[in-house]
Amino acid sequence: MTTEVLVQLRDVVKEFPVKSGSMFARRKERLQAVAGVTLDLHRGETLGLVGETGCGKSTLARCVVRLLDLSAGQVLFDGHDISAASHRELAPYRRRMQMVFQDPYGSLNPRRRVGSIIGDPFAIHGIGEASERRRKVQDLMALVGLNPEHYNRFPGDFSGGQRQRIGIARAIALRPELIVCDEPVSALDVSIQAQILNLLAELQVELGLTYLFISHDLSVVRHVSDRVAVMYLGRIAEIAPSEALYERARHPYTRALLSAVPAFEPDERREHAAIVLTGDPPSPVDPPPGCRFHPRCPRARARCTNEEPQLVSRAGDGPEHATACHFPLADGETLADWPASGITA
Amino acid sequence: MSGAPPIRGRGPWELAFERLRQDRAAIASAVTILLAVVVALAAPLVAHLTGHSPIEQFSETGLSPSGIPVGPGREFWLGTDGLGRDLLVRIAYGTRISLLVGVLASALAVLMGAVVGIAAGWHGGAVDTFLSRFMDVVLSLPFLVLALALAALVGPGLGVSIFLIAFFSWASVGRIVRAEARAIREREYVQAARAIGASSARIMFVEMLPVVSATVIVYATLLIPSAIAFEATLSFLGLGVPPPTPTWGNMLFDAMAYYKVAWWLLVFPGAALLGITYAFNVLGDSVRDALDPRYEQTIRSGGGDAE
Amino acid sequence: MMRNGSPGPDGLLEVLDLTVSFNTADGLVEAVRGVSFNLARGQTLGIVGESGSGKSVATQAVVGLARGARTTGRALFEGRDLLALSATELRAVRGRGIAMVFQSPMSSLHPLYPIGWQIVEMIRAHEPVPRARARTRAIELLGHVGIPRPERRVDDYPHQYSGGMLQRAMIAMAISLNPRILVADEPTTALDVTVQAQVLRLLRRLQDEHGTAIIMITHDLGVVAEMAHDVLVMYAGRAMEQAPRRELFRIPSHPYTQGLLRSRPRLDAIGGRLTAIPGQPPSLIAPPRGCPFNARCDRSIELCSAASPALLAVAGDCTEHRSACWLHQSGATT
Repeated sequence: MTTEVLVQLRDVVKEFPVKSGSMFARRKERLQAVAGVTLDLHRGETLGLVGETGCGKSTLARCVVRLLDLSAGQVLFDGHDISAASHRELAPYRRRMQMVFQDPYGSLNPRRRVGSIIGDPFAIHGIGEASERRRKVQDLMALVGLNPEHYNRFPGDFSGGQRQRIGIARAIALRPELIVCDEPVSALDVSIQAQILNLLAELQVELGLTYLFISHDLSVVRHVSDRVAVMYLGRIAEIAPSEALYERARHPYTRALLSAVPAFEPDERREHAAIVLTGDPPSPVDPPPGCRFHPRCPRARARCTNEEPQLVSRAGDGPEHATACHFPLADGETLADWPASGITA
Repeated sequence: MSGAPPIRGRGPWELAFERLRQDRAAIASAVTILLAVVVALAAPLVAHLTGHSPIEQFSETGLSPSGIPVGPGREFWLGTDGLGRDLLVRIAYGTRISLLVGVLASALAVLMGAVVGIAAGWHGGAVDTFLSRFMDVVLSLPFLVLALALAALVGPGLGVSIFLIAFFSWASVGRIVRAEARAIREREYVQAARAIGASSARIMFVEMLPVVSATVIVYATLLIPSAIAFEATLSFLGLGVPPPTPTWGNMLFDAMAYYKVAWWLLVFPGAALLGITYAFNVLGDSVRDALDPRYEQTIRSGGGDAE
Repeated sequence: MMRNGSPGPDGLLEVLDLTVSFNTADGLVEAVRGVSFNLARGQTLGIVGESGSGKSVATQAVVGLARGARTTGRALFEGRDLLALSATELRAVRGRGIAMVFQSPMSSLHPLYPIGWQIVEMIRAHEPVPRARARTRAIELLGHVGIPRPERRVDDYPHQYSGGMLQRAMIAMAISLNPRILVADEPTTALDVTVQAQVLRLLRRLQDEHGTAIIMITHDLGVVAEMAHDVLVMYAGRAMEQAPRRELFRIPSHPYTQGLLRSRPRLDAIGGRLTAIPGQPPSLIAPPRGCPFNARCDRSIELCSAASPALLAVAGDCTEHRSACWLHQSGATT
């Protein structure tokens, strides 16, 4: 991981129009899937992005690779502002950033041959002639652990793990610098997940890749990431180097998330009993005022209901570790320690 | 490292074809259609064998002394019509028209429908609204009135028939294709194509068209029998191919005057029409079952699928 | 374990030598091949496996929900063999004796009927209870599973519930008749981790309060570690290992179990290369002879490809620990 910044996100906002209300009093509301995210991605690192349903991580990922237009804010790739670039202007950047999708069954066109799918990037960007392309595709297949002779098969002939490899082959075809992985192993069997994670790690070293790794699985994210950002309702709640986040999380939500992961060693019934958050993750249509987490937070106070906390270093952390909370947990503190007088649902 | 088990390697088209091959109803209807094609192609042979041309009127041998058509017998295997023409030969030639119009009109209709549907489904927004409303208008037009008007303007004929039928059929295909295109637009493989930088045109052609083609093929097959029936209706009304060229439709029209005394004039052309329409319908159903995407998720070698 | 028609004093369900196969266009799929397990009263059995392991099919076949399946073996429950019952008799058992909760509540609940109505129908299908009373019971149940303001939510439709609440509603429906066994098939896989914690906690509470036995089917070893008293590990239709939970995690015996545990990234461990299990599960159509895990096992011996090992006791302190591996039975060191 270097200090050179490859991608910069500045106050990125992404809204979707939502129709609500009754037939006669229809209101057009806006749903803020991403509500102001500022982030730097360093060349060569793996930044993990975790959060639950509705937190906006997938939307943010798509904003980074410009599959979606931004509602506000900026995305800079290698110093160039691509926030408002048109399809044509984006073409050279498409070669440098790619995406691996979650669903191995939905991310490949079932009616196209695998060799053709992997060769798409070459065809679209006019690289090489047909015969040369075939060879390149077969090299890619071998690189990701597939049998190059299956060039002419259809996706339906492959298993989930193999299809994911096909998707990865397509993503690395043009030797991009950045790959956004949107839940790349979530839909795979456990014994296959490890294979794909290892493959991604190898490719990162071999091709000098930078990863933005999105997942809801905290264990996986811990394993692959150098830094981790936790998202909640469209904003970043906490961001820190991997070890710091997992050992010394400051944000109550991060702590709750970590404690909810089922204990692996049944003997270590986790010294902290699972902090079971009440209620469900709220939908982003009507976010609470002030700190978005306050209705579910066992530490919430009056200040939390009307003032939005900034994402800054707290409790003596270095610049690497930022938390968006008015009452972050200090070293050694647990969620259960806080006197219960908060405003909870 | 992947240790891939032997992969079956049957693409979705091959699988569909195999399923079709095992469908007995499909085979039966395919054979029937093939027979019809043979008859159509061999119509001149039929004329030669019987020694009668389709338009020749045999007033002596073909009509009874009182001018009534002669029934099926040794000279005229299926009888004659009101003008003493050989019914068998006329039915054979009529097959040509029916098949030609049926297939061409259907093909033209699905082509137009697919193009418009994909364009509307992919672009969305104003383009979609415009095209959808256009399709709605076409679907609301009264066919009979327009057919009459057009025939009056340009004169009835083969080309006019084909155009008319295609024009009144393409919009329903268009709507279905549009719905499917809209669904496909959100699929991840289309997102992936966009992420790689594919242009709209490429996505429509390379990504959407192959997926939509399954539906289109089914529709095309099912559209043929209605096109054939459509043509028969047009001819019946005198708006189709003009006489003396035999079509099943105008033969049925002629039969109206004589059916009480000459049942064969109604039965044989009617049976031909019914038979070919039914065959295409059955084939269309079988094709739809064969192409059903749910079959693509059968348990395959290598496991790794849901349960 | 008694074989004369009912399980032992603590045993509630005894499945013996279950095989389930399906005739498909591609051939005969042998989804479950000779699996046996027991469920004790008030306990949780965790069945762990990946895709194609047969874990779901096994329980579905036991309650008669596997369409088009050919089953052999026995499933003894309350003195009767479930596999020998007629469809009508089985229907009476379902819901009353054995209730099921599925993975995706979105598709298990009818989208066009209110939740309360569906629960009421479930109750009234088994008990002659007047509608009003059933409705009161439904409201009670919804409250019992932690749905806030149940008297208002009882008339809501599934789309008005969130994922976690839907799953709770499913559980409410499942326990409405006080079943002796609750079969939960991947009940939390589709849920967020915080919601999953809530639902698991609910299930544990229900077990404590009502003494319901639970069969928890999952691919997530973490869930098993939280919930199960006993664990059965399945692979490609066969049982690989069976042990009490603590024992399984402490001393996993079968190479597949070991592989699974090793290949999982851990919350408390730092990166490095994961020890992945190479290859993928075998085909269930004409499965290969011998141990199903043979092709991917790094410790296989010649015997492994010739014959399939039986599930036999593993040497050690724990008598309940069984593994289907030749390495333990031929005396080879592991």
